[in-house]
Amino acid sequence: MESTAHAFKANVDHALADPNLQDSLAKLKVGFSERRRQAAERLPEFEALRDRARDIKNHTLAHLDFYLEEFERKVIGLGGHVHWAPTAADARRIIAELCQSVNARTVAKSKSMVAEEIALNEHLEALGIAPIETDLGEYIIQLRNEPPSHIIAPAVHLTKDQVADTFLEHHAKLGFDKRLTERNDLVAEARYVLRQKFLDADVGLTGANFLVAETGSSMLVTNEGNADLSNTLPRMHIVLASIEKVIPTLEDAAVLLRVLARSATGQESSAYTTLNTGPKKPGDLDGPDQYHVVLLDNGRSGVLGTEMQDILRCIRCGACMNHCPVYGAVGGHAYGWVYPGPMGAVLTPQLVGVEEASNLPNASTFCGRCESVCPVRIPLPKLMRHWREREFEKHLTPKAVRQGLAMWSFVARRPALYRRLTAMANRMLALFGRADGRYQALPLASGWTRFRDFPAPQPGGTFHARWAKRKA
Amino acid sequence: MSDALRNGDGTARAQILGGIRRSLRRGELAGEARKVVETRLAEPPRGPSVARGQLPQAEKVALFCQWAETLNATVARVGPAEVPGEVSAYLARNNLPATVAMAPSPLLEGYDWASQKMLSIRRGRGEGSDQVSVTGAFAGIAETGTVVMASGPDHPVSLNLLPDTHVVVLREGDIVGGYEDVWGRLRARYGKNLMPRTVNTITGPSRTGDIEQAMELGAHGPRRMHILVVRD
Amino acid sequence: MPSTRPRRVALFVTCLVDLFRPSVGFAAVKLLEEAGCSVEVPPLQTCCGQPAYNTGDRATTRAIAAQVIDAFEGYDAVVAPSGSCGGMLSHHYPGLFDDDPAMKVRAENLAGRSYELISFLVDVLGVRNVAARYPGAVTYHDSCSGLRELGVKAQPRNLLGSVQGLELREMKTPEVCCGFGGTFCVKYPEISNAMVGEKSADIAATGADTLLAGDLGCLMNMAGKLQREGSAVRVRHVAEVLAGMGDLPAIGEPEHG
Repeated sequence: MESTAHAFKANVDHALADPNLQDSLAKLKVGFSERRRQAAERLPEFEALRDRARDIKNHTLAHLDFYLEEFERKVIGLGGHVHWAPTAADARRIIAELCQSVNARTVAKSKSMVAEEIALNEHLEALGIAPIETDLGEYIIQLRNEPPSHIIAPAVHLTKDQVADTFLEHHAKLGFDKRLTERNDLVAEARYVLRQKFLDADVGLTGANFLVAETGSSMLVTNEGNADLSNTLPRMHIVLASIEKVIPTLEDAAVLLRVLARSATGQESSAYTTLNTGPKKPGDLDGPDQYHVVLLDNGRSGVLGTEMQDILRCIRCGACMNHCPVYGAVGGHAYGWVYPGPMGAVLTPQLVGVEEASNLPNASTFCGRCESVCPVRIPLPKLMRHWREREFEKHLTPKAVRQGLAMWSFVARRPALYRRLTAMANRMLALFGRADGRYQALPLASGWTRFRDFPAPQPGGTFHARWAKRKA
Repeated sequence: MSDALRNGDGTARAQILGGIRRSLRRGELAGEARKVVETRLAEPPRGPSVARGQLPQAEKVALFCQWAETLNATVARVGPAEVPGEVSAYLARNNLPATVAMAPSPLLEGYDWASQKMLSIRRGRGEGSDQVSVTGAFAGIAETGTVVMASGPDHPVSLNLLPDTHVVVLREGDIVGGYEDVWGRLRARYGKNLMPRTVNTITGPSRTGDIEQAMELGAHGPRRMHILVVRD
Repeated sequence: MPSTRPRRVALFVTCLVDLFRPSVGFAAVKLLEEAGCSVEVPPLQTCCGQPAYNTGDRATTRAIAAQVIDAFEGYDAVVAPSGSCGGMLSHHYPGLFDDDPAMKVRAENLAGRSYELISFLVDVLGVRNVAARYPGAVTYHDSCSGLRELGVKAQPRNLLGSVQGLELREMKTPEVCCGFGGTFCVKYPEISNAMVGEKSADIAATGADTLLAGDLGCLMNMAGKLQREGSAVRVRHVAEVLAGMGDLPAIGEPEHG
């Protein structure tokens, strides 16, 4: 999808003024974090599992080439195919050619953030192949022609009423001309409409939560069962996954699964966890004739071995955004691209360029809540700070900020001068109406005083001035 | 399909693997370093043991039932002779048609379905119009009340997904503690590194939280899951 | 207490306390002295360097860190009335000198004896109660760095429990950031405002008449929002209340009389 990350500040204004979005976010902030907390408390081994999950991903990344080759060897041995895609364009081309090879008209798609990353739908549509999103949330936003606003809950920004309007608009022509008011009716209508599309689809395309090198399996976690229909009914199954999704063994998967659902939705387990291993076997009564795995790099191999490597541990649970107060204030669309929230603030500059996405790693208070809930313990604030360092080195930091910082650092490095200037600032601030105890407006501080009063300094001089007097 | 698609693009492959090795500042893994990872792959180390699934068998079964019910499945504990009758009774209790699509499995054929005169049974894969399916299960996981389905001629995957109601027949002896025990059983049954095409681990009915984060059952898969836990 | 307990303590005043609220520094001195420490204020301190650090200016941060390391050489402990500055010294300085082994050793040495005030009182000095009185209902905000980097959570609540007349009323989400974030609050004022607006609603819902926290930046942010909204909630640093200085004008309030 086209990035609007450069327009972050305008996106933020828009988001803060959207009452439907703010209603939805109010629910998200309470719901996800409370459910995750309870799930973690129910499992005494949760913290130990997080440590192990981190170690498994670190081990895999350090031997990524080995495990990818093992995975490939197994898939080929099963009669499947592996396609290597260095770039998004390569992945789009490969998938389109695969679809064309079976004269596909429709593709049943299970939610895949990597497919969003490579803008697959637009590419297929241009070739006359209809991609059908089957995850309910993805289906809703596909009808509305919107990007996802969350990596596991793509329509979390919408209210039930908005969904009802969308369904009425798009389903009336299928005979559903009554506006629904209940959630279960909306779910039932989507189930009915999508069921026929599953049965008609020529190709099923899914992402993968993990690729298991030991067995050549792709592993997928859903609650709806849409991925399973996508990989069972059509005659070709394509798995699109980025290279860091590979893990060594099924035992490693067991660890990661235990932290994934709990971190994501606070569930003990998602409803469906599925291992797909190759095409239909002799005697099987269903399943695809062809099984293809497309391995996407898209810049990830270049992140290995750098100070940003830790982001490749990410298992896309969404806990960081569920707990992020900035995401909670502005929602996912404000971030302007596929991956929002803290993990997006680290990953997006890597994938679309730091010039385009420079606001993202800056729009954080470094409150650290994301890191405190990350199932693979990614130090997200530290990685965002690394981006700020790269921006500073590249002179991308705004000029006013650089100049202010330069002046401040000149003074902060000279304690005697600092002492004189803070004493002076203390006196100057007093001139602006210390009698009220605070200021409604202050020169050069409109960013603060637009929304908040600014407390005045206590009378009597700075601490150091008073301490010096006391000691004299 | 072009050759490039059949075999993957060798150039692209070399490009990605080469990029990884450059970033990791080494060549292809060799010698001792390679042996270490090969050993890890051959003898997979287990993660931290999760205590709650590590119980005597009878308690495992009880824990399985407890979690399955907590996570929106229903459970009936029955003896082998009661299986066909419980299926009919369940359908009647829920006003469901007495017509089922059944997995053609030796396990299920071991029960006396002929005793259920009103029950109409079709054996085969699932169809879009099926209301109810009856399948066996490869295993049950006590830790989360999860049933494990291994695909094959005796268990089409579509039966797990297409019908509105999924009735699962699970033997108590097939209930294990955690995932790791399932992996052990899969390796024992299919051979090391070999797997059925699909292993579905399913915890309760299909669900979605995609509208206002409120959980609704029956998104794409079954709205109801009824598990018959069968005494050995 | 054992004789190994730190006696000679250096106060890291913090730039905000120095400029805006010296009483927090004096409250810290009082609490430390009452716990048996001799307190000094090294004169060559300015700021911990976070403005540069969080803007990505590593060179300046290192220069300031080196200056702090020099200024605080030789004290048994370095104590800051701030989780954010305390965390900077104890958790972030060593990583600045990964390519300078000699400085790294010194940074690690400083890190090992740097503390946030309240956790130092409770966890290191073993203080269990204070001789203070504060009539009223207070709510306590957990500032992010103190909470998540330094584990400051129970300590201030435990000490507040010994203050006569004080009733603690918890917010629904005391651990959620107030939206200050140093320069964040002026770089992204709209987001910051949304965050602090939510915080002020959470504060109001407790019915408390006083808001306390351990970091002046967060306190100024929340006080400014509450006052702009016309709230009567008074805002103070937790050290002031613990030191029996709760009768001073609150943050953003004019002098008495």
